[in-house]
Amino acid sequence: MTSYILKRIGSALITLLIVAATTFFLMNAVPGSPFITEKSTPEMIARAEAKYGLDKPLVVQFVNYIKGYFVGDMGVSLKMQQDTSVAEIIFNQNKLALSSRIGAYALLLAVVLGIPFGCIAAYNRGNWIDGLLRVVTTIGVAIPGFVVATTLLVLFGVQLQWLPVRSGSMETASAFILPVFALSFYPSCYIAKLTRASMLDAINQDYIRTARAKGLKTGKVIFKHALRNSLIPVITYLGPLTAYIITGGFVVETTFSIPGLGKYFISSILNRDYPIIMGTTVVLAALIIIMNLLVDIAYKLVDPRISLSKGDV
Amino acid sequence: MSDKLLEIKDLRVSFFTPVGEVKAVNGIDYSLGYNEVMGIVGESGSGKSVEAYAIMSLLQSPGRIVGGSVLFEGEDITKYDAKQMTDVRGNKISMIFQNPMTCLNPVYTIGDQLVEALTCHNSSISKQDAKKRAIEMLDLVGINNAEKRFNQYPHEFSGGMRQRAMIAMALICNPKLLIADEPTTALDVTIQAQIIELMKDLQKKTDMSIIFITHNLGVVAEICDKVTVMYAGHVLEQGAVNDIFYTPQHPYTRGLLRSMPRLDSENQDRMIPIEGTPVDLLDPPRGCSFGPRCEHCMKICLQNVPPLVEIGENGHVSACWLHVRQAAEKKEAK
Repeated sequence: MTSYILKRIGSALITLLIVAATTFFLMNAVPGSPFITEKSTPEMIARAEAKYGLDKPLVVQFVNYIKGYFVGDMGVSLKMQQDTSVAEIIFNQNKLALSSRIGAYALLLAVVLGIPFGCIAAYNRGNWIDGLLRVVTTIGVAIPGFVVATTLLVLFGVQLQWLPVRSGSMETASAFILPVFALSFYPSCYIAKLTRASMLDAINQDYIRTARAKGLKTGKVIFKHALRNSLIPVITYLGPLTAYIITGGFVVETTFSIPGLGKYFISSILNRDYPIIMGTTVVLAALIIIMNLLVDIAYKLVDPRISLSKGDV
Repeated sequence: MSDKLLEIKDLRVSFFTPVGEVKAVNGIDYSLGYNEVMGIVGESGSGKSVEAYAIMSLLQSPGRIVGGSVLFEGEDITKYDAKQMTDVRGNKISMIFQNPMTCLNPVYTIGDQLVEALTCHNSSISKQDAKKRAIEMLDLVGINNAEKRFNQYPHEFSGGMRQRAMIAMALICNPKLLIADEPTTALDVTIQAQIIELMKDLQKKTDMSIIFITHNLGVVAEICDKVTVMYAGHVLEQGAVNDIFYTPQHPYTRGLLRSMPRLDSENQDRMIPIEGTPVDLLDPPRGCSFGPRCEHCMKICLQNVPPLVEIGENGHVSACWLHVRQAAEKKEAK
């Protein structure tokens, strides 16, 4: 187990390096410079580029970047908060914390809603409850996130005025309700669909018949014997789901004007603030990689047949 | 209290499919005494497994008992509600299945699944006692190193071992009746023999009755006291195991025995198959269900269903028009 985790950490570092390289060279492939404005003269641009080391060859710049990351130096912002360190912006200005909080709540809500509703649908297969849930979940996976976010905003924020329209600095709990719900709507529906399908599959397995033949009560048959087996596809989905929550977070943060990392990430691209683009990309990629590692370990906990150490990384 | 452990009277089971009603079991009767082993034989689709699931109330939708009764120790358990039935299943009547590879839950340990079978009928038992009993049971069914095996998962067991574990699980509450639905079909031949030996042995030790469902006549000869031959949801012949093997009466039973490979045949006879294909249960023949495939088929066979008539000692009965006349003549002669 330990050697497996060490191996995974090694491969995670390589993955991060590839992500960083791809991002770095792609963003530099776009013509122009962060310092071009209507008023700037070529000399001003050259001076600014020299100050931040952008005049050096790309490879040298990249190597300097990576060296910096190993000692915890992520560079400084070029434009958006000029000369503030990127690490300071991401970790200390609560941007990552705020986005993670919304993301974690949304993930939790998706699992807490999705799995029971999936079970209920499977248990009621064919009747009106299943039908209703099928309609809702299909709508949920079909509608894009920004439509859900805007609709919720208009309905509960503008029309009914139950919840704040601008979440702002997110100091009150009520500010979280709409963004978290908007972000978790799609994954809840998707998990519900997934759970329903795998639950139906599990219910028809021979070991469920054995469990019933033993004289177990229906509840125990469903929630002990069928559910644990049907959780495997759901756990698989948690890896890609993290990626979704991160990208979905961009939309939700923009819609609800939340000063989180997602919103900052997008403005950094628009502003060509290279160190911030790099910093946010690497941090988010690391998050996804960690989540995938956790998912693989969770597999082992749910299904003893899966062996972590023998398989290749 | 009845002197019979199990009495099945005119049991009928149908599956209501979109294309029509499939009559899987068409009014069967038999009884089973205490400490008795009965074999139910028949080819695929003869209703032998469905009938067993009906006894356990484990029929999958759209299957339903549409008539008849199942008297277990004199009580009709088809009238039981779901809660009463959970008290019967695994406690008074247990069941083991055909494919031990898929019948154990892969994500729980063998020990956990055994203990659960015990505690769900006996809530007062302590954890230690339940574990002790489970290990005893594993030991009893011939699993070595039971204490270590207790903590292992099904995928760490071989097929034969899993079937042994299934048997241990089925017997942990000392049921009065064990229904074994083709318990050896999925195992290879040497393991089959071991499992049969084990079941014979356990039956003697525990005095339970067994219903042994199989299409393997060799297994029946090995373990059973009496035999019921089923075809298309009907009982065609029933009797003591020796009568069925040495003096089979029904053309179908004879066909089954002829189509079985024999070690003792002197010349290299070919096995003789039963011609034709099994009945389409959606549209069963009007008369004897075996009629269209029978080499002795008469006019009456295609028109009316033959009743079960007594044709020998020890409750040897057969449902064939050939025997109905003989039985009537015998009666007249008396």
